[in-house]
Amino acid sequence: MDDRSWAQAWGRSAARYVWPERLRKVELTMLRFSKSKIIATLAFIIIGLLLGVPSLMSSEQRKAYLDAVPSWVPSWLVPSRAIVLGLDLQGGSHVLLQVDEADLVRGQVTLLRDDVRRILRDTRVASQNGIQTIQRGVQIRVPDAADRERLMPRLRELAQPISNAVLGQTGDSSIALNEGPDGVITLTLTDAGINDRVRRAVDQSIEVIRRRVDATGTTEPSIQRQGADRVLVQVPGLQDPQQLKALLGETGNLEFRLLAQPGATDVDMLPMREAGGQRVPVERRVIAEGGDLTDAQAAFDPQTNQPIVNFRFNIRGAQRFGQATTENLGRQLAIVLDNEVISAPTIQSPITGGSGQISGSFTVEQVNNLAVLLRSGALPAKLTIVEERTVGPGLGRDSIEAGKIATYVAGIFVVLFMFATYGVFGLIANIALLVHVGLIFGLMSVLEATLTLPGIAGIVLTIGTAVDSNVLIYERIREEVRSGRSIVSGIQAGFDRAFATIVDSNSTMAIAAVILFFLGSGPVRGFAVVFILGILTTVITAVTLTRMMIALWYQWMRPKALPF
Amino acid sequence: MRLVRLWPENSRFDFMRFRRFSFPLSALISIATAIMLLTVGLNFGIDFKGGTLMEIQAKSGQADVAQIRQTAEGFGFGDVEVQEFGSAGEVSLRFPIQPGGEAAQAGVVQKARDTFSNEYDFRRVETVGPRVSGELVQSGTIGVVLSVLAVLFYLWFRFERELAVASIIGTLHDIVLTIGFFVITRHEFNMTSIAAILTIVGYSLNETVVVFDRTRELMRRYKTMPTEELLNLSINHTMSRTIMTAATTALSLLALVLFGGQAIQGFAQVMLYGVVICTYSAICISSPMLIYIGLRGSEAVKVPEGKAAAAE
Repeated sequence: MDDRSWAQAWGRSAARYVWPERLRKVELTMLRFSKSKIIATLAFIIIGLLLGVPSLMSSEQRKAYLDAVPSWVPSWLVPSRAIVLGLDLQGGSHVLLQVDEADLVRGQVTLLRDDVRRILRDTRVASQNGIQTIQRGVQIRVPDAADRERLMPRLRELAQPISNAVLGQTGDSSIALNEGPDGVITLTLTDAGINDRVRRAVDQSIEVIRRRVDATGTTEPSIQRQGADRVLVQVPGLQDPQQLKALLGETGNLEFRLLAQPGATDVDMLPMREAGGQRVPVERRVIAEGGDLTDAQAAFDPQTNQPIVNFRFNIRGAQRFGQATTENLGRQLAIVLDNEVISAPTIQSPITGGSGQISGSFTVEQVNNLAVLLRSGALPAKLTIVEERTVGPGLGRDSIEAGKIATYVAGIFVVLFMFATYGVFGLIANIALLVHVGLIFGLMSVLEATLTLPGIAGIVLTIGTAVDSNVLIYERIREEVRSGRSIVSGIQAGFDRAFATIVDSNSTMAIAAVILFFLGSGPVRGFAVVFILGILTTVITAVTLTRMMIALWYQWMRPKALPF
Repeated sequence: MRLVRLWPENSRFDFMRFRRFSFPLSALISIATAIMLLTVGLNFGIDFKGGTLMEIQAKSGQADVAQIRQTAEGFGFGDVEVQEFGSAGEVSLRFPIQPGGEAAQAGVVQKARDTFSNEYDFRRVETVGPRVSGELVQSGTIGVVLSVLAVLFYLWFRFERELAVASIIGTLHDIVLTIGFFVITRHEFNMTSIAAILTIVGYSLNETVVVFDRTRELMRRYKTMPTEELLNLSINHTMSRTIMTAATTALSLLALVLFGGQAIQGFAQVMLYGVVICTYSAICISSPMLIYIGLRGSEAVKVPEGKAAAAE
């Protein structure tokens, strides 16, 4: 670049580059910060800051403070919401469970097979080769057309229409019924049917999980659906999720059956715990099941002092159990939990009172868990743990401490640096910065947002970027004044011209942050929240608040030159 | 009081000259990154690879790393990485994903807790199964691609085509170099790293946009100025701001690196590197790129003649 073009860039043309016709207007708008506008701005900021106050208190302090507020004050006037600490900061367990679709389908196929068997029996139709289980369904073969005629309407009843809360009847059916050549009839579960079952299984699981987690006495567990087939369980303060996982890993499907007598045909071979997992024949017929229980409590056997579970049946269960024990005196009962015989007592006398006990070689913890499982009911399907994250309370505390120190140090660095560079204007930027961090806190409190460790990093990072808007404005002001404007018109032009740049640069940051919010989960989302709020508040503090302070400073000092 | 000036007033530095070094240098680093990415690869954390991560701390304050390693290898859960960090006897253990699907992962934690819990506190335990890690890889990739597209769309909407193309080249450059940082330093690459990359995308554009806002303004003011001069002028005008912002952001991140604690240090280091890279690319990559892309093409049509004349 030669000298001539530089002169053109910096010298004559730049100096001539002013808009005289706008000067007078500029002087007016810059100074016109009416009392009402000042009050409005201050009120907005004070309210924003006050909203953050509950977050600074411990939960006991917060409670005491809320109790201390006189009852005539309307509750919406009192800031009560506070920032929630993420599990990575307060410690606790995060367990993501997924409904085991294969297990669910297996269960549904078994039910389907039982239904078909019942219908065949009712209509007195025999299937050649019996009922074959195929993938996702069953197959029967009825060569006789007249038999099929009788059978088909009944089979069709099995196909339930799927209803959807949003769309109403979707027209899909849970089971597809097909007639092939040679009288082959197949019933298969449809994709829509399976999806619907999975969805309902998640809903039911949430209920069951809630009962189970509550039974362990943990405080404030959060249990929510995630995606189509998952449940997220978060338990703050839980250090070793072993018991929780043991509880959630069991389906909790309890059945009372009878050990089969030699030569019996309709049997399942199930492992028996007392026999070291050796398989024993158990009758398929179920006398009573977990759903028939009204209560289950862990206790000790008064005679042997062994841990046991006492249970109580509802009326239906009591009746069936009473009848079965009367008819099968001397035989062995099989108490089956999730397809394992956990106890096989001999029926000494009819049990007609509707209560009984499960004994076996259990530990105290095992009977406690068993009682919880029985009380909370069975899960509709097996749940698999697909993700687990546990943070000990020590690490959380250390993280908060380190985060605090980093925030203070970053604040001090930036505040000193801004003051050293811009003097009074730096001081103004620093006040805006303090308000900015305060407003992030206030907004997060109102939203009851979760503060995570990356969120703390977000706060520290916004301390650095927040002053960017101030820097843009100040540098612009300096340029405008240097190019020959009066100080007030330079300030005005600085704000006006920098504003577009501030919007552009913050928008690009915001785009990245919003995507991160939708994409990330847990801690990373916490970072995105802080960052988005930081961008919002920085525009308010850097533009409105800074402008006001500079206007007031100008009115007060009437300076002849820029202080930097 | 004498105030600090990090950049002289009325500077006339010829930044465009740097492109003779910066273009080959960046191209070289980008190619090296691509090669290393394919040969060495990223050091994926359990978020993306699956497996189990544990951080334990000796109750006595003194961890016996050799013994932990020996014991952990004896578990038979495959190659275990044992690493000491911090000062107070903290040790991290990383177990690979276990064959046998989701249910098989639980055994690792159980075994480790049974073995170590007498002498060590478990500060962090994370297990990610194969299904979730696959999804995280997917959403991480989608996120980076989506953010680049969204930002491209914004720039296209807000700026002239040439400026948008140049800034997106700069941003891609920054993403590549950040990934290069991960490859070379063997920093663990996890979900937080994706957050860092997206933040760097934001910061990178922030830097470019500030310069280009000025370029656009000057373009309208000096209709006849050659592109190279125009770009030099834009950078010189915005340089003191660029340095100020880079300095304040870097200072904050430095505070995080020094005091933020082990868990956040990695993120802060990457971001600190990112700030340097973004500043460099805005000045030495995106801006000179415009010399080759051409600047005046669409602009000459957009500004009405009368207004342009008045500005001169």
